[in-house]
Amino acid sequence: MAEFEPKIIGFCCNWCAYAGADLAGISRLQYPPNLRIIRVMCSGSVDPEHILQAFRMGADGVFIGGCHPGDCHYISGNYKTMRKVMLLKKLLPQLGLEPERLRLEWISAAEGARFAQVITEFTEQIKKLGPNPWKGAGR
Amino acid sequence: MMKRITIEPITRLEGEAKIEIFLNEEGDVEEAFFQVVELRGFEKFCEGRAVEEMPRITPRICGVCPGAHHMASTKALDAVFGVEPTPTAKKLRELFYCAHMLSSHILHFYFLAGPDLILGPNAHPAKRNILGVIEEVGLDIGKRVIKARVYAQRIQEIIGGKATHPVFGLPGGVSKPLSEEEREQIEEMARFLVEFCEFSLQLFDDLLLKKKDIAELITGDIYRHETYYMGMVDENNRVNFYEGDIRVVDQEGREVARFKPEEYLNYIAEHVEPWSYLKFPYLKSIGWKGLVDGRDSGVYRVNSLARLNVADGMATPKAQEAYEHMFEKLGEKPSHATLAFNWARLVEMMYAAERALELATDEEITGKEIRNIPEGIVGEGVGCVEAPRGTLFHHYWTDEEGIVKKVNLIVATCQNNAAMCMSIKKAAQKVIRKGKVDHGLLNMVEMAFRAYDPCLACATHTLFGETPLEVVIRDHEGRVLKTISR
Amino acid sequence: MSKLKLAIGLGSTCSGCDIAILDIAERVLELVDLADIVFWPTAMDFKLSDLEKFGEGEIDLALYHGTVRTSEQEHIAHLLREKSKAVLAFGSCACFGGIPGLCNLTSRDEIFRTVYKETPSTDNPDFVTPQTEVEVGKFKLTLPELYDEGKALTQVIDVDYFLPGCPPPVELIEKLIPVLRGMQAGELPPKGTVIASEKTVCDECPLRKENKMIDRVARVHEIIPDPERCLLEQGILCMGPATRGGCGARCTKALMPCRGCMGPPPGVKDQGARMISAIASILGVEEEGQMSEEEVARIIDGIKDPVGNFYRFTLPTALLNRKVR
Ligand code: SF4
Ligand code: SF4
Ligand code: SF4
Ligand code: FES
Repeated sequence: MAEFEPKIIGFCCNWCAYAGADLAGISRLQYPPNLRIIRVMCSGSVDPEHILQAFRMGADGVFIGGCHPGDCHYISGNYKTMRKVMLLKKLLPQLGLEPERLRLEWISAAEGARFAQVITEFTEQIKKLGPNPWKGAGR
Repeated sequence: MMKRITIEPITRLEGEAKIEIFLNEEGDVEEAFFQVVELRGFEKFCEGRAVEEMPRITPRICGVCPGAHHMASTKALDAVFGVEPTPTAKKLRELFYCAHMLSSHILHFYFLAGPDLILGPNAHPAKRNILGVIEEVGLDIGKRVIKARVYAQRIQEIIGGKATHPVFGLPGGVSKPLSEEEREQIEEMARFLVEFCEFSLQLFDDLLLKKKDIAELITGDIYRHETYYMGMVDENNRVNFYEGDIRVVDQEGREVARFKPEEYLNYIAEHVEPWSYLKFPYLKSIGWKGLVDGRDSGVYRVNSLARLNVADGMATPKAQEAYEHMFEKLGEKPSHATLAFNWARLVEMMYAAERALELATDEEITGKEIRNIPEGIVGEGVGCVEAPRGTLFHHYWTDEEGIVKKVNLIVATCQNNAAMCMSIKKAAQKVIRKGKVDHGLLNMVEMAFRAYDPCLACATHTLFGETPLEVVIRDHEGRVLKTISR
Repeated sequence: MSKLKLAIGLGSTCSGCDIAILDIAERVLELVDLADIVFWPTAMDFKLSDLEKFGEGEIDLALYHGTVRTSEQEHIAHLLREKSKAVLAFGSCACFGGIPGLCNLTSRDEIFRTVYKETPSTDNPDFVTPQTEVEVGKFKLTLPELYDEGKALTQVIDVDYFLPGCPPPVELIEKLIPVLRGMQAGELPPKGTVIASEKTVCDECPLRKENKMIDRVARVHEIIPDPERCLLEQGILCMGPATRGGCGARCTKALMPCRGCMGPPPGVKDQGARMISAIASILGVEEEGQMSEEEVARIIDGIKDPVGNFYRFTLPTALLNRKVR
C-alpha cells in the first residue's frame, strides 16, 4: 500500500504566518507538500465552524498560524484564536478525533525557517496518527 | 388453525408498544404479548456527562412524567455530592412535585381512562374521548377539567421554570426562591385543586359506582391479579411521593420488605426477554418465575393502587377519608382489582392537592435559604421518588470530578411490565371467546394495560374523535382472514 | 373555507411535544376548528394504511416530532413527506436530533451491553438481547430494528418549516394557528421558515449584562449566582449567545443557564462552534496578554463535557455529528 499522504488544511494569517510561508518559499526551504494554505486576514477570523468543517470534509490535520502575542493587527484576534483552539482540543477527543490533529502556532513574517520546520513536524505527526477517522463516517 | 391479532397503537412509555394476541384452533386466546418496540439507551449516553446536568437530561426519558425524573435525578445529586437541601428547598421541591402528580393524574383520569369508565367500554369509538366525556358530564365540568390541568402545569412552571422538562433542581436545593406574589397565586390554585379533587371523587361515586356493569368490571375477575405491591411510605406508613422508605407487601397485605431506596439493588432485579426492548423487574428474594402471579412469583406491581395497598393510610384528612371509602367499597385490602388503579389515582390526587395547599401556606415556603453548596463529592448516589406511574430509581456513579461513569435507572412503568403482560393476556382470555372479537372487547383488552397508565399515548389515545384501531386476524400461514377496524 | 388536513407523526419521542400541544389548552379547539387531525399516532392507532390511503400532497401540513431512530420511524417520515404539501419539524428532536441524539456518542451494541447486561440490577447471565425476529414457543414475534444513530428529520426527508424547543414553548405553538389560517387562504410561509425569534436567547433574557470578561468558570452546583446578573458573566456557561430565541429565556428566568434547546441562531450551522466562539471572546481579563497561556488552560480545564453541554440538543445536525473510533 502506498504511504499515507495526509491532507492538511492551514489557515494562515495574512500578516505573519502567511508571510512566513512566503518567505519559506522564497528561501527555497523544503517542507512537505501536504499543506493546503487558506489565507485569512487574521487568525481570529477563523471560526470554529471552519475548523470542524475541514475535519468533516476529511482533512487529516488542521493548522492555524497567527501573529505572536501582542502583534495581532486586530489587537486580540490571536488570543481569541488560542482559546478557541484550546476549547476545540477538549471537544475533538469526545468525538473520537485526536486533539493533536489541530495545531496552532505563532509565526512571524520573518520566521520562514520556523514555518517550514513546524509544518514538517506537524506532517510527520499526522502521518503517525493516520487518516482522519471521521472520513467516511460522516453523514 | 392459529389466528393472530395485532393491536398496534403507538403508545408512549419509553417509546412505543404493541399487543399481539394469538388464538388457538378453537378461537380462544392461547398467548398474548405486550411488546415495547423501542429503546433509547439513556443509561449509556449519560455516561461522560457532568452529573449536575442529569436533572436536565433525564426528563427526556418521558415527557409525561418529566417532573418525576427531574426530581429523582435531583435527589440522586444530593447523594452524589453528600449535601442536604435546605428546609425551604425541600418544601419547594415537594410542592412542585405535588403539582406534577396532579397534572399527570388529571391527564390520565380524564383524558384516558375516564372515557372507558365514564362512557363504558362499549360506547361508540367516536365518543370515547375527552370530548365525549365533556358531552356526558357537561361543558362546565369540561372547562373545569382543563382549568385544573392548566393550574397543575402552571404551579410546576412557577417553581420549576418549565412544566415539561423543569430546570430548578440542584444538589442541596433549588435554583430560585418563591416570591410572595407567586406563593399567593399558587395558594389560590391549590385551593381550586382541592375542590376539584373533591368533585372528581364525587363524580367517580356518582357516575361509576352506581353503574352496575362498571362496578362489576372494577371488582370482577377479568382484571384481577394477586401480586406483590411496592411503594413509598413515610415513618407512619402513610403514602409519600417525595421521600421515605420503600415497603413491599404480599398478596395478603403483610409487609415482606421495608428498605431505604439506596438499598434497592438488594431487593429488585431485572429479567430480559428477547421479544421486548423493556426489561422485567421482579423481587429478588422470590426470583423470576415467568409471567405469572401469586406468592411464588417475583412479579410485583407499582403505581397508584400499589402505593395505597402498601400504606396504612394517607397523611391528609380528605384523602384519608377517600382512602377508607375506597377500600371499604372494594371489600379487600390489599385490593387486586387492576381497574381500581384509576380510583386510587383520584385518592392520590386528593392527597397531592391537600399537601400542595399545606405547603403553599407554609411560612417557610418563601424562605430565601434555598441552597446548600456541596463541599465535596461522594461519587455515588441513589435518588428515588414515587413517579405518577410508580417507584422510580436513579442511581449514578461518578469520578472525583463529577463526571458520570455509570447509570442505572429503574423506571416506574418498567416495573409493571410483567403485570401488564399478564393483565392483557387474562383480559383477552376472558373477553375473546370462540374467535369472537369486536371493538368493545378489544377495548377491554386495552383497558387492562391502560389502567397502568403506561404513558401518554395511552393518555391521548382517545383524545380526538375516532381511534382507528385495526385488528388483523391471520391464520397460521399468515393469511389475513379478517380485518376489523374502528 | 374548507377545512385543512393536519397530520402529526412521530419518531423516537418523549411525548413532551404532545403534552406541549395539549398545553395550548382551549386553543386546541381553535386548531381542530381549522384543521381535521387526520393522523396522530400518539392519539390514534399507528396503522400505516390510514396514512397510505391519502393521495400525494393531500394532507396540508404534517408535523413530526421525535428523533428518527428506527426503520419504522424513518418509513413514517417518508410517507408523511409524500402525502403532505408541507412538513414541519416540531420540537428539538425533529429539528436537530435532540437529547436522544446524544446516542451518537455511543453505538447500538454498546447500548445493548450496558442496558441488558452491565447495569447492576440486570440479571441476564446469558446476555439475551431483544431480537428483530424471535420465536417464543410456536409464536413468532418481531421488533423493529434500532439504528446505530439518531437522526434529525432533515437528514431523512426534505423539511419545509421548523418549530424548535424542547418542548416548543406554548407561545410559539399558538403561532401555528395563524399559519394554518394563512394556508387555508392558500398562503404558505416561505420554505425554511423557523417559527421562533430571529435573535438569540440573550436578547430575551432579563438578566443584566455588563460586558465583563470571566476569569473562571463555575458549574451550576458550585456557586449561588447573583440573581440579577448575566450567568455567563458570572462564569456559568450559559448557551444564550449561541441559541435562537423565542422561548422567552425560560431557563435563565429560573436562574439556570440556557442549554440551547432552541438550536443555533439564524445563520449558524453548528451550535457548539458558535458557543466556543462566544466563550473565546468572553474568557480572560480586560487587558489581553495579562493572562498566561497556562492560566487560560487552567480555566478551560474547568469546562467539563463540551459535547454534552454545547451540543445537547443538536449533535445529529452538528458538523461532526457522531463519535468515530
Ligand atoms: S423535543 Fe423535547 S419534548 Fe419534544 S420529543 Fe424531543 S425530548 Fe421530548
Ligand atoms: S448569556 Fe445567558 S444569562 Fe447571560 S444574557 Fe445570555 S441568556 Fe442571559
Ligand atoms: S433558555 Fe435555552 S434551554 Fe431554556 S428553553 Fe430557552 S432555549 Fe431552551
Ligand atoms: S492579524 Fe495575525 S493573528 Fe490577528
